[in-house]
Amino acid sequence: MFAVKGLKKTFGNNTVLKSIDMQVDKGKVIAILGPSGSGKTTLLRCLNALEIPDEGIVGFDDHKVDFSQKVKQQELIQLRRKSGMVFQSYNLFPHRTVLENIMEGPVQVQKRDKKIVREEAIELLDKVGLKDKKDLYPYQLSGGQQQRVGIARALAIKPELMLFDEPTSALDPELIGEVLRVMRDLADEGWTMVVVTHEIKFAQEIADEVIFIDGGVIVEQGVPTEVLSNPKEERTQRFLHRILNPTD
Amino acid sequence: MLTSNMVLGGIVIPWELMQQSFWPILIEGIKVTIPLTLISFFIGIIIALITALVRISNIKPLRWIFNIYVSAIRGTPLLVQLFIIFYLLPELNVTLDPYPTAIIAFSLNVGAYASEIIRASILSVPKGQWEAGYTIGMSYRKTLFRVILPQALRVSVPPLSNSFIGLVKETSLASQILVTELFRKSQQIGATNLDQIVYIYILAAFIYWIICFILSLAQHQLERRLNRYTVR
Repeated sequence: MFAVKGLKKTFGNNTVLKSIDMQVDKGKVIAILGPSGSGKTTLLRCLNALEIPDEGIVGFDDHKVDFSQKVKQQELIQLRRKSGMVFQSYNLFPHRTVLENIMEGPVQVQKRDKKIVREEAIELLDKVGLKDKKDLYPYQLSGGQQQRVGIARALAIKPELMLFDEPTSALDPELIGEVLRVMRDLADEGWTMVVVTHEIKFAQEIADEVIFIDGGVIVEQGVPTEVLSNPKEERTQRFLHRILNPTD
Repeated sequence: MLTSNMVLGGIVIPWELMQQSFWPILIEGIKVTIPLTLISFFIGIIIALITALVRISNIKPLRWIFNIYVSAIRGTPLLVQLFIIFYLLPELNVTLDPYPTAIIAFSLNVGAYASEIIRASILSVPKGQWEAGYTIGMSYRKTLFRVILPQALRVSVPPLSNSFIGLVKETSLASQILVTELFRKSQQIGATNLDQIVYIYILAAFIYWIICFILSLAQHQLERRLNRYTVR
């Protein structure tokens, strides 16, 4: 359904992604793991062209973008409209209420009927457990609540693919659970998801496939039980050991 | 009510003259200074917005022109700008009264300064806000107008209010190209009362002060309204 082929990205002299191929089948959840500076966030941001790759083909079956050629702005916009993104720092619109945040995409971009969108937005808020917060502004919410609104906002545009960029990394530990629970619900409902995360246990639980990335290349990939419980590559072993035993 | 001169430590304060002059000066302030400020500021803000948007865009030749405009206005005295426009228009066979001439000069001046304020405010909105707009499918333009500018303009209200209050006072320079506004009216009254001219100027200063004080109250109200969605 969604695929990446020969993806390359450099920042100045620094090659962040060397040549990435990956495939995301419909309804699958892919977890991307890797040490900091490994390129995992850059990879995720290339999937919806927040970073413009230097080379490679990114896209859906019916809409692919070849970054080796000059790409028109409109093509990027089309690509982005098919995926929703959840940011580490939520990035809610501070000048709009919770409900307005969620309705912004469907109403302003998709030009859909405001009344229907409003009903859908309230349903989405119900799904993430924040129906009673619909008229509040983002600053009146906790981090976990803001992130759940962020998820609802991304879902509201009815994307084919949901991208999560370390969605719990900025949260206080006691707020992580509420966000992960929402994400697990989405996985159970059959959403196609790509998740960059440090939550190994969570990845093990909900991912259909784990990609371990280091130094801009995919070091190891496979089902979570293989990659996480029984990694073949030394780099994967070292990374998992460090994360699971931080004080060693 | 005081009707005669008051002696204070050897200084004779001409109360009667000041009372007589208060209304004529204030009326010129209300009739000329305030509209001149409002109109110039309004046009200036439109120029500033366009200038700021061009300067953050990547339209190269246009950016260049606007950079030169801002640099030239910021690098020259307002009084000189006023004189140049006043004497330049007839050279170009444009006949214009002093009042609209002053509006042109002040608008261009506000445009340059305010564009810097607006540009800085736009740049102060976190990059994540642009990205959030893009990821829900917005174009650059849509993100700019729906996401970035509403936040940027809120940030720019305090410095823009400063510019506005500054402009009220700067309009006194229009007296130099024969616009009969608050200050020129005081000069005219002073000219017939040369012995007491300093008191007429003190009166003029007092009236500017009142106007600016009222404006600063309005500024606080506006800022409070705009801050409703941020942590206080």
